[in-house]
Amino acid sequence: MLSIKNLKAEIEGKNILNGINLEVKAGEVHAIMGPNGAGKSTLSSVLAGRTEYQVTDGSVSYFGKNLLEMSPEDRAREGVFLAFQYPVEIPGVSTVNFLRTAVNEKRKYLGLEPMEATDFLKMMREKMELVEMDKSLTSRSLNEGFSGGEKKRNEVFQMAMLEPKLTILDETDSGLDIDALRLVSNGVNKLRNKDNAFIVITHYQRLLDYIVPDFVHVLYKGRIVKSGDKELAKELEVKGYDWIKQEVEAAQ
Amino acid sequence: MTEEVNIIDKVTQQEYKYGFTTDIEMDTAPKGLSEDIVRFISAKKKEPEWMLEWRLKAYRHWLKLEEPHWQNFSYPKLNYQDIIFYAAPKEKIKLDSLDQVDPELLKTFEKLGISLTEQKRLTGVAVDAVFDSVSIATTFKEQLKEKGVIFCAISEAVHEHPELIKKYLGSVVPYTDNYFAALNAAVFSDGSFVYIPKGVRCPMELSTYFRINAENTGQFERTLIVADDASYVSYLEGCTAPMRDENQLHAAVVELVAHEKSEIKYSTVQNWYPGDKEGKGGIYNFVTKRGSCEGAYSKISWTQVETGSAITWKYPSCILKGDHSVGEFFSVAVTNNYQVADTGTKMIHIGKNSKSRVVSKGISAGHAHNSYRGLVKVNKNAENSRNHTQCDSMLIGNRSGAHTFPYIEINNKSSQVEHEASTSKIGEDQIFYCNQRGIGTEEAIGLIVNGFCKEVLNQLPMEFAVEAQKLLAVSLEGSVG
Ligand SMILES: Nc1ncnc2c1ncn2[C@@H]1O[C@H](COP(=O)(O)OP(=O)(O)O)[C@@H](O)[C@H]1O
Ligand SMILES: [Mg+2]
Repeated sequence: MLSIKNLKAEIEGKNILNGINLEVKAGEVHAIMGPNGAGKSTLSSVLAGRTEYQVTDGSVSYFGKNLLEMSPEDRAREGVFLAFQYPVEIPGVSTVNFLRTAVNEKRKYLGLEPMEATDFLKMMREKMELVEMDKSLTSRSLNEGFSGGEKKRNEVFQMAMLEPKLTILDETDSGLDIDALRLVSNGVNKLRNKDNAFIVITHYQRLLDYIVPDFVHVLYKGRIVKSGDKELAKELEVKGYDWIKQEVEAAQ
Repeated sequence: MTEEVNIIDKVTQQEYKYGFTTDIEMDTAPKGLSEDIVRFISAKKKEPEWMLEWRLKAYRHWLKLEEPHWQNFSYPKLNYQDIIFYAAPKEKIKLDSLDQVDPELLKTFEKLGISLTEQKRLTGVAVDAVFDSVSIATTFKEQLKEKGVIFCAISEAVHEHPELIKKYLGSVVPYTDNYFAALNAAVFSDGSFVYIPKGVRCPMELSTYFRINAENTGQFERTLIVADDASYVSYLEGCTAPMRDENQLHAAVVELVAHEKSEIKYSTVQNWYPGDKEGKGGIYNFVTKRGSCEGAYSKISWTQVETGSAITWKYPSCILKGDHSVGEFFSVAVTNNYQVADTGTKMIHIGKNSKSRVVSKGISAGHAHNSYRGLVKVNKNAENSRNHTQCDSMLIGNRSGAHTFPYIEINNKSSQVEHEASTSKIGEDQIFYCNQRGIGTEEAIGLIVNGFCKEVLNQLPMEFAVEAQKLLAVSLEGSVG
């Protein structure tokens, strides 16, 4: 579904991604780990189409299409979903209203009629139940005054509503207590199927106890410097990132 | 940020949907202003002597005044000898018969979404349609009359209800009030008159639709609404004008009088032609709007959605004379390209326990400037009065400006006045967040701006709230790429 080749990107003349290679197939869960400042959020931003970042080299193909040429909204409509590390607040716009707009914009893109209000509300109820989302949150202004955990749960709820093919979770676990972590992970696990894929970005391996990955990659200085299975995450948990850093320095 | 500069650079001409002109034979006054012109207008309307006298007094007073230029914007000194002060469609219209209205005029209002013909009228809304200097038609007059409600052109009221006009015209905004109020009193052509008798709740929304059509003319309408004891009325005005390269002056006066326990809700959706993206043309919207809460427990509520005009300059105000009277001002002012808005309110507390509330939302894009100017004045005897003002500005791009000028004058220790203000920028982050959910940038701005203005939009009558929401989005079209 996704094929990233030698992807390089910079911001304000500063190189952040220095040649990323990654293949993601339907049904897979890839974890990307790495120290702060490694470029994890940059990678997710570039995939989602944030134009502040300039891609200087490489290619990204998504279902055979050149992802980098698509507008951010078209990427979303084609099924790319990013659960943000820091979800923004939009005062005065309820989550319901926001999602109805999003769902209908996607439908328009796909040549479908807007959803009937009753069908939409039914879908809302089902998905809310699925990800154990609090009903009161959806009528409040989007993310405004939400706790960190509520914001992240709202991201997972939006994911459930938009039914993406490729989901990128950017440190969805950070700032969550153990209960919220379990809720968020359960939501993700329920939405996993053979046709969709996940890139789970995290700093800690804790999340990976709940969302079990097929592959684990370590990102450091804008490169994937090590790949393995879920055991690699455990090793990192015990040993930290320093040994990886040393290995990389030594190789240079 | 780079993204934002990029987006703003792509500013495109927004479509002004109402920019067409109507080709119709007009009866116009010669250009310029003099006592003769004032007499000409009065004669056209076959006015009684007392009305002419009032106009002439106003005109003579106006001659002594200087055009004001203290605002937070500049405009060229206007040449009053170059303006046409009266223009009316030639066809002589009998106001009580719609069949005799020129079909060209009916078509014009039809195109503006205002149907005056029986079958297609907005249900639950009575409309007075004003075209340049005259009222064309007023719908549902008979039904309203049954309840004793008077809703007619002000020129008609001068003939039909002289006692009410003599009593109330100029009682809230005297011609001595300011330069443009004096000018309006001298040359006002038409507008609406509303009277709600004691104890009557007006059974439908009342609405006036103003259309400027003729070239080089000014529009000087005058609206007077009187709510007698324990009555209620909700009134809405809308307006549009053709696209022209010259600026056109619109200097209206609106007076509201609320007697004991009555309530007037006055809503405006202002969409005069704003000028093009280089700032050429557009309406100068210099308006005096004021309401007087005469009686105890009376209430006046102003709601305005200002999206049009090259310059909008107005401060709909409340004089809270009655004890326990209430004044409200809810405003959204959107400026794009080179538009300017200097708007706000005055809340004058005179009665004891009087309350006022101000919610102002200013949105500025392109090179536009948006100022909130508000006065809260509490007189010595206005014990326990309260005001809460909330004033929020939103900037789109980095070439627009927002300014706040709150004036507070309190002469009474038991009163409480609070002012809150905020300025935010539509963040790139917010837009990107919407984009990432499949919502395009224009849609996203519409969503964010409507969210920002929600508190004010919620005040509009249902029939118009949806229209206003769309209008906000359209006004900002092209403000980002
Ligand atoms: N908008 C920006 N402007 C300048 N530098 C940035 C910007 N965004 C990220 N960076 C830099 O890029 C590097 C990678 O950041 P990021 O992708 O957020 O890392 P991670 O998510 O792995 O912690 C950091 O050194 C950070 O300071
Ligand atoms: Mg990050």
